Amino acid sequence: MSDVTTASLPPLVAPSSTMGLLSVFKRSYLLRLLVQREIAARYEQSFLGFLWSYINPLTQFFIYWYIMGVVMGAHNTIDNYPVHVFSGLVVVHFFTETFGAGTRSIVRNKSLVQKMPLPAEMFPVAAMLVSLWHVLPQMAILLIVCILSGWHPDLGTLIGGTLAFAILMVLGTALALIFSVANVFWRDFGSLVGILTNFVRFGCTMIYSYDMLAQHAGSLKWLVLGNPIAVACLLFQRAFWALSTTDPATTLKTQFPPHLYHQGVIALGASIVVLLIAQWFFTKFEARIPEQI
Amino acid sequence: MAEAIIAEHVTKDFVLRRHKTFKQMSVAKMRGQKTVDRFNAVDDVSFTIQQGESVGLMGLNGSGKSTLLKVVSGVMKPNKGTMVTRGRIAGLIATGAGFQSQLSGLENIYLNAAIYGLNEKETKKVLEEIIDFADIGQFIDQPVGTYSSGMTSRLGFSIAVHVDCDIFLADEILAVGDKPFKRKCMNKMDEIRASGKTMVYVSHAAASVQRMCDRVICLERGRVIFDGDVDEGIRVLHYDDDEDGDELALSDAEMGADV
Repeated sequence: MSDVTTASLPPLVAPSSTMGLLSVFKRSYLLRLLVQREIAARYEQSFLGFLWSYINPLTQFFIYWYIMGVVMGAHNTIDNYPVHVFSGLVVVHFFTETFGAGTRSIVRNKSLVQKMPLPAEMFPVAAMLVSLWHVLPQMAILLIVCILSGWHPDLGTLIGGTLAFAILMVLGTALALIFSVANVFWRDFGSLVGILTNFVRFGCTMIYSYDMLAQHAGSLKWLVLGNPIAVACLLFQRAFWALSTTDPATTLKTQFPPHLYHQGVIALGASIVVLLIAQWFFTKFEARIPEQI
Repeated sequence: MAEAIIAEHVTKDFVLRRHKTFKQMSVAKMRGQKTVDRFNAVDDVSFTIQQGESVGLMGLNGSGKSTLLKVVSGVMKPNKGTMVTRGRIAGLIATGAGFQSQLSGLENIYLNAAIYGLNEKETKKVLEEIIDFADIGQFIDQPVGTYSSGMTSRLGFSIAVHVDCDIFLADEILAVGDKPFKRKCMNKMDEIRASGKTMVYVSHAAASVQRMCDRVICLERGRVIFDGDVDEGIRVLHYDDDEDGDELALSDAEMGADV
């Protein structure tokens, strides 16, 4: 008898049931609200507001441009050095912002996490999307500078650029997931982010070129190339910087590892594996978040 | 009748970390002391609530009422046992909703409604009603962090009751808020109850439980010690004793504070 009455009713389900990242994208309206709110809130109560998202990378850019370019003489050895640095910086900054804001995301949203039932994966994913939003104006600046220095995009620009962003988004989300939940239990992970960020910054071919690395680092260069972010950085520089140098053909030959696209695909695959591990890790510890936060 | 909430042997434990830092923990390990402790806030609780039932959840402070409600709402997951519910759940847990203090009241309405599962259109439809019911005037555009505790719970309650839910959870909602608002709340909850929604009501005020509920579940140290008739449940917890004096009993009787 009860079969008849319950037929039209919603099913009996666990109120906390989530499907991890899938449920985040299923609830796209909530995700959109969180992203909008985060864009407004990241620099709340600051006079310059969102401008800080540009001041930060721009100051870094000028430091590298002056110290490395002028003082250390990279302008003479690397063609179109400012674009080399800036295209790397777009990649590095997107990743470090995702990583840093993602790590803090759950603790920052304490009041919601403790009282409202929503998939906690929402917060690191929203942090990644907010960082992606902040990349747009940097991309605009990069494009203008590239065009001014005689950039001729090719099909590789599209493929490489897309592949680079795919790697960064997947790996950034993965690390944000792991660190956001770890940060709930031990705030030490928040401090660890600063150190890892530094490794990322100097582990990419941003202030130095691939050629320099290959000459000086020997087999150590595989430590750099084994890092998906460094591969994304190279793909990005292949797409923008290489094609805006005076002799793109030579640049492509000497300044990039052979089989760069293969490495890009491998890096993306590795990032996806890390994301799956991150989801497993997150699900394992998620249940303790509301009480430990 | 269909079941709305089924709890089977639900247990929720909490981990108590005795030592905060690496140094303290290593010292404790070396001395062979325990570094973590567990205790069951909710211990092997089973019950079935039918659709349309109005159930009071009672017990002393620390008996596990709020934790149980968090498991029902989905904020917490049980370690053992299963909890299943039917339909949308809305309500207030532990006095006050999950608000973002830096966001305005209006923005928080949108956010909370989205968490309950409403889309933009559905939210806009009830927006006016929510604002009217909360009745906090121009503060609706101010950050929630600047609200008084009364205003916060007014807004939280207003959102929760205007979300078209199947199960309504109410935890100590009358603890803050002035008398006119309490009356308004009670009327609204009567409405919810009359509309056939399932309600779980946590309160220490025996009179309000008597008025609102047709069944009580009493908890003691996380375990169910009584499940059944309201008056009997209140007797089990000795909430009918009048030793606190007339003044308290009087205010309680006229729908007053949750003591």
